[in-house]
Amino acid sequence: MKFAIQVNEGPYQHQSSDSAYFFTKAALEKGHEVFRVFFYHDGVNNASRLTTPPQDDRNVVARWAELAEEHDLDMVVCVAAAQRRGMVDEGEMQRNGKDATNIHPRFRISGLGQLVEAAIQSDRLVVFGD
Amino acid sequence: MSTLHTVNKSPFEKPSLDACLAHVGGGASVLLLEDGVYAATKGTAVEERVKGALDSVKLFVLGPDLMARGLSEDRVIEGISVVDYAGFVDLAAENDKVQAWL
Repeated sequence: MKFAIQVNEGPYQHQSSDSAYFFTKAALEKGHEVFRVFFYHDGVNNASRLTTPPQDDRNVVARWAELAEEHDLDMVVCVAAAQRRGMVDEGEMQRNGKDATNIHPRFRISGLGQLVEAAIQSDRLVVFGD
Repeated sequence: MSTLHTVNKSPFEKPSLDACLAHVGGGASVLLLEDGVYAATKGTAVEERVKGALDSVKLFVLGPDLMARGLSEDRVIEGISVVDYAGFVDLAAENDKVQAWL
């Protein structure tokens, strides 16, 4: 079965990013396909490559990135939510005249159409958030 | 059309569970996760409400989230099934859609 995952909450905020990660991992382990993970609202903060959690804590961003690497996941960050929160890739840096980027290379910034497409193309859309 | 409803808020914090239970019809499944797991335990102010819902809906609770809160499975109201993440995935696949009561 094809799943689409929506994450509306940032890392270390409450528990939804963790729940979404464990659900996605379990779905992949069961042989399901994950069409896309879409990060929306504060969920875009899951994509920052600059996070440095304490060594004895989970690294939410690295954990998502590793899962994506292993299963070739498409992890998309909502562009409007990213602009509001300062989540920047090369294109956004140039377009908006910023002096740095901070997005992890396993994530990409795109539009809300990607969420709509994921919902259409997948059998189930599972939403996690606060 | 069967639906899996997910509730991740404590019933003592937000009315999500009440709103969900007031809406869901017969045959629906409701999964309690994150702080929502408190509603699945015995001896709370919402215990009767939750027990009443068992007549018309199937209730599930996420085991890892019970454990994360120091709640053992023997505190779970009878009739509520404890599932792990793999069980959560199965519920999402078995039902036609998933509705999150955020």
